[in-house]
Amino acid sequence: MTAILTVRVQQDDFDTAREIAALHHGRTDIGAVVSFSGICRGNDHGRPLTALTLEHYPGMAEAEIMRHAEEAMARWPLQGLTVIHRYGRITPGENIVLVVTASSHRQAAFEAAEFLMDYLKTNAPFWKREETEDGTSWVEAKRHDDDAAARWKA
Amino acid sequence: MKVKYFAWVRERIGKAEEMIEPPESVRTVSELIAWLTDRGEGYAYAFENPKVIRAAIDQAHVQPDVAISGAREIAFFPPMTGG
Repeated sequence: MTAILTVRVQQDDFDTAREIAALHHGRTDIGAVVSFSGICRGNDHGRPLTALTLEHYPGMAEAEIMRHAEEAMARWPLQGLTVIHRYGRITPGENIVLVVTASSHRQAAFEAAEFLMDYLKTNAPFWKREETEDGTSWVEAKRHDDDAAARWKA
Repeated sequence: MKVKYFAWVRERIGKAEEMIEPPESVRTVSELIAWLTDRGEGYAYAFENPKVIRAAIDQAHVQPDVAISGAREIAFFPPMTGG
């Protein structure tokens, strides 16, 4: 059966359970499904957070995620892959991002999901702005995210 | 060509996009940043530390030494913080 690749960039929330079920529904060749959910925290290093607003580059955001999704499909034997990234204002407890990978065996599914998240953090054109009681500020890129993405370079 | 700005680059310049016509002597992404820097206070503030600025040509990431000739759309933005 063919591999199913889905990439969506959207303002609306998504149903994680439904996305996972959709990826392996009716198939018997998938033995492992891994999902990663990125969720908005209610505090940042002890500072209460009111909301996050994600700005994105329409067009490039989809293209960049698709490029990395295709690379993941080429590097690991995946039967299915879903990536959903939200933009706009997101409040604590809400979903930000979802990566679901499906494969015959768990190792490929785990590794591909981690690879995709590491690259989304550093290469997908999204920018987070934090809202607190004191006002708003842009989230700074983290060095350890760059290091995490760099370890996948062949 | 069209130039787009995102996040704090957009805020400092005060606009999300504009059409520009740099002279032919401006050949690379980093030369374009230098040329834009001279356009006003907001630009100078946005590009005060050009090393942290990321660029994309026609919606693909590029390095500062890449030529801009033939580009339809160039975007400038801070390091990304998605995921």
